[in-house]
Amino acid sequence: MTDMLTVLAPDGATKKGFEAGLPDEELLHCYRTMLLVRSFDEICLKLQRSGRIGFSIPNLGIEATQVGAASALRKTDWIFPSYRDFGMALYHGIPAVEMMHNMFGNAEDSAKGRQMPVHFSFVEPIHFYSISSPIGTHLPHAVGAAHASKLRGEDTVHLVSFGDGGTSSLGFHSGMNFAAVWKSPVVFLCQNNGYAISCPSEQQTASDGYAVKAEAYGMPHATVDGNDLFAVRQAVLEAAERARRGEGPTLIEAVTFRMGGHSTSDDPTKYVPAELVEEWKQKDPVDRFRRFLERKGLMTPEENDAMRADTLAEIDRAAKAAEATAAPGLETIFSDVFAEVPSHIRKQGEFLFDLSQRRGEADAGDGEFPL
Amino acid sequence: MANLTLIQAVNDGLRTVMKADDSVVVFGEDVGPKGGVFLATEGLTADFGESRCFDTPLSEDGIIGTAIGMAMNGLRPVAEIQFQDFIFPAFDQIVSEAAKLRYRSGGQYTAPMVIRTPYGGGIRGGLYHSQSGEAYFAHTAGLKVVIPSTPHDAKGLLIASIQDPDPVLFMEPKALYRSVKGEVPEGEYTVDLSTLRTVRQGGDVTIYCYGAMVPVVERAAAQAAEQRGIDCLVVDLRTLMPLDEEGVLEAAKQTGRVVVVHEAPRFCGYGAEISALIAEHCIEYMEAPVRRVTGFDTPFPNTLEHHYLPDDRRVLDAIESVYDF
Repeated sequence: MTDMLTVLAPDGATKKGFEAGLPDEELLHCYRTMLLVRSFDEICLKLQRSGRIGFSIPNLGIEATQVGAASALRKTDWIFPSYRDFGMALYHGIPAVEMMHNMFGNAEDSAKGRQMPVHFSFVEPIHFYSISSPIGTHLPHAVGAAHASKLRGEDTVHLVSFGDGGTSSLGFHSGMNFAAVWKSPVVFLCQNNGYAISCPSEQQTASDGYAVKAEAYGMPHATVDGNDLFAVRQAVLEAAERARRGEGPTLIEAVTFRMGGHSTSDDPTKYVPAELVEEWKQKDPVDRFRRFLERKGLMTPEENDAMRADTLAEIDRAAKAAEATAAPGLETIFSDVFAEVPSHIRKQGEFLFDLSQRRGEADAGDGEFPL
Repeated sequence: MANLTLIQAVNDGLRTVMKADDSVVVFGEDVGPKGGVFLATEGLTADFGESRCFDTPLSEDGIIGTAIGMAMNGLRPVAEIQFQDFIFPAFDQIVSEAAKLRYRSGGQYTAPMVIRTPYGGGIRGGLYHSQSGEAYFAHTAGLKVVIPSTPHDAKGLLIASIQDPDPVLFMEPKALYRSVKGEVPEGEYTVDLSTLRTVRQGGDVTIYCYGAMVPVVERAAAQAAEQRGIDCLVVDLRTLMPLDEEGVLEAAKQTGRVVVVHEAPRFCGYGAEISALIAEHCIEYMEAPVRRVTGFDTPFPNTLEHHYLPDDRRVLDAIESVYDF
């Protein structure tokens, strides 16, 4: 594998001569965002286990990649996220309650309850693009959106995030190729977290890592320690600056590890060796950053406990508010298919309203998501 | 007014919107300096510059995927898929992404874009330059499907499609590109995306068709009138989604005898939808079973394509069978 950029050691020490160049409050904001993600995960697991939401995606172990990358972007930039990027949204101030509305698929959900949990969509305060379930389809979208920005002469950067499995998709090839040919202002962020659901890297690619794939497209690349927030941030900053200067796209591979399952329905102990999880626990990205803050005198253990409790309370409030919000109205099945509702869809909506009046509402059933 | 071929009308339509709206960009394989394999985009790069009409790498998935990104970020992309037969690598992008984007994001992200693609037989193109895949796409919620049959409609429907806030698959009957000519108004005008066109009035048999089948049906209708005195009402659907349902049912009620014609295979073809609509909504008006005249449920042959494609013999046969029933 190509040399991997690491700045922050597991004990919280930084490389000699490294300067984060970030104000203290920004460092604390990064850390708090990672704690928010952990709290979000914890509460969603409980909600899923108690049958109040159907599904969630654990982010455990990936937090530094998410927050490091997000911290290198401006509010005018666009994020084309994978489904495991909660920290990117939270870093930029998307309220936890907005995300919880999606987890419950309620009437306040920006997707109006049409998508599964974790399929967020936001346009404020940053473009956090609507998530699709098929893998890799959003890479060419980022390239097209970047091409539009470039044609208008804007310096907007479009970051697209995907996992190691995503590099096998059709969209990876076409997205990388188009972006390189068009010199689009795109940062491709491959989060190599070890597994695509249950399939490890050796079943995904015969390449020496994922970053090297960029060479065939004529694109620069970097490999970074994905559990090191500063390393990820630095690589994304450099790639974003290149993009803003009109020099085109970059592929960044963040080497990290998914310490939880693929989803709340998945049991990773069936396919991930326990010793591998132990090994990565020693490199925990949140612990590592906490030790850095402690060394810098920005955080005491008591302050850490308080911040942890505070984020749990914030997520808990968000979950309670979302759970108390009603389900979307029946009309949301029929709206937004087109800008205007065509007559055949209007008639189907009228039929459903009438049927529900005459025969009562449909039984919600007990469908359970298997994956 | 100018007397243009269908392909010239497409080119004229593209020029008209590109002049009026800087956000319209045209791209695809060989659409730049070459002007496209059928010359639909001839001269556009020269006249509007490389940023407005440009070539792409050879990847349908990439063409449609990047078009979606451009559309959500303020451009009005008009992407060309060189032959409709080559569209399937982009099926996921069209069906799962472009068509569902507005719905899945609650309207936060949309994909106002047009995919232009030549479809259908008539050029001895064999299996992979002749298909009519409209049914795959008309089945997809969130996607409009438009098929012109005259130069006038080609330009007016294309402008309406580009200005439409939703993704439109604009299927061009390649067999008619240079075989039909007609009066085309200069400058901007639109043809409504959910109104059928009555091609010929008649009280005996109603025939539904679209695209390259329209002139075939017109010939058969003329023969039916001449040989048997049967007056056919010929309807060009023009927009398969959304369909002018009222217009379709009205036309069926006028004669009570219906023939549906398309060159795509029969099974689950668009004619099945028309037949079912009539069965559901106006069976009491029907004097005869609905007859479908379609391509066969086989891949598209090369040497024998003239036997595969519905022609005036087959349409006339169907007209007489419902008339004589």
